[in-house]
Amino acid sequence: MARVRKLVWLLCGIGILVLGSAVLWQRTTSTPTAESEPAIVADFELTGHDGMVRTEEDLRGTWSLIFFGFTHCPDICPTTLADVAQVMDNLGPQASQVQPVFITVDPERDDVQALADYVPQFHPSFLGLTGTPAQIESTAKTFKVYYEKVDEPQAPNGYSMGHTSQLFLFNPQNELVRLFSYGTPPSEITADMEPRIAADSS
Amino acid sequence: MKNLVPFAAVAAFLMPAPLFAGSDDITVENAWSRASIGTSRPGAAYMTIHNTGEDAASLTGLSTDLAAMAEIHRSTTNEENVTSMAPAGTIDIPAGETVALEPGGLHAMLMQLQRPMIEGESFSLTLEFSDGEEIELEVPIRGIAARGPQD
Ligand SMILES: [Cu+2]
Repeated sequence: MARVRKLVWLLCGIGILVLGSAVLWQRTTSTPTAESEPAIVADFELTGHDGMVRTEEDLRGTWSLIFFGFTHCPDICPTTLADVAQVMDNLGPQASQVQPVFITVDPERDDVQALADYVPQFHPSFLGLTGTPAQIESTAKTFKVYYEKVDEPQAPNGYSMGHTSQLFLFNPQNELVRLFSYGTPPSEITADMEPRIAADSS
Repeated sequence: MKNLVPFAAVAAFLMPAPLFAGSDDITVENAWSRASIGTSRPGAAYMTIHNTGEDAASLTGLSTDLAAMAEIHRSTTNEENVTSMAPAGTIDIPAGETVALEPGGLHAMLMQLQRPMIEGESFSLTLEFSDGEEIELEVPIRGIAARGPQD
């Protein structure tokens, strides 16, 4: 049994290597083919919880940790916000080089005021972004974020939402460097970010 | 001393039998919840439920005066990293097993809050089981950015 398991692990390892080099190869080839998937990019024009218009250009020059959610979400979203707040605390002085961004997938309920009431409660550094339904839709497209309304008769307005729950880490050049799936412990996220930020600012 | 015997007998008679049947077998630990901003958004509560008895238990419902509608929900994340939640229905707790209500999984969903959830306060929550047993517990309210029962 142990030998079989070793073999499985080995095969998995080879699989990951092959996949990894394929991804690298795809990234380094300069001419994108028609069937190659478009990369995740930050490309948006939205309104901050302070009422100011924000685009991805506002994030140039700083690391950004971006995630999507909605404020009527009682479980996943506050947990993610709390986790990111913990990462910011963990980062210590490096936190000044990181902008955490919460983008709502529920523009109907999450207006500027709703975000202003909610997002900064988790950490003063957070930026909440909202927009028109069309702006949110096009933003989600560039991040390849999926979201949908789910019927929930007891919830305010009768719906809840399902949405992509991962965290996106962009470098100061606005290039995606890492995705963290929901539930990644803040300590792990911190350990991943610290050396990147240190190498970048040295 | 001899007065105690009739008292206990009367007490046992007055209490509806199923209410306390096996209630010693279910213990709840580490209950916590997060503060809310006002009452317009639903809240969630978390806890660990142990069934130390010999029989399986089924958690069928919740009630609290804090929320007009309280039910057990489950958040699930699929392979595409899309998370959504839905009512979880009845939660079976086999004999000797533990069920955790924790962020990203099962949670006590508190809809239509009747008052804001204020950090430092607590609220009472009743767990309803299929055999009619009920367990009432106090759930402490932690800060809005709390990540667990200790925050
Ligand atoms: Cu829920």
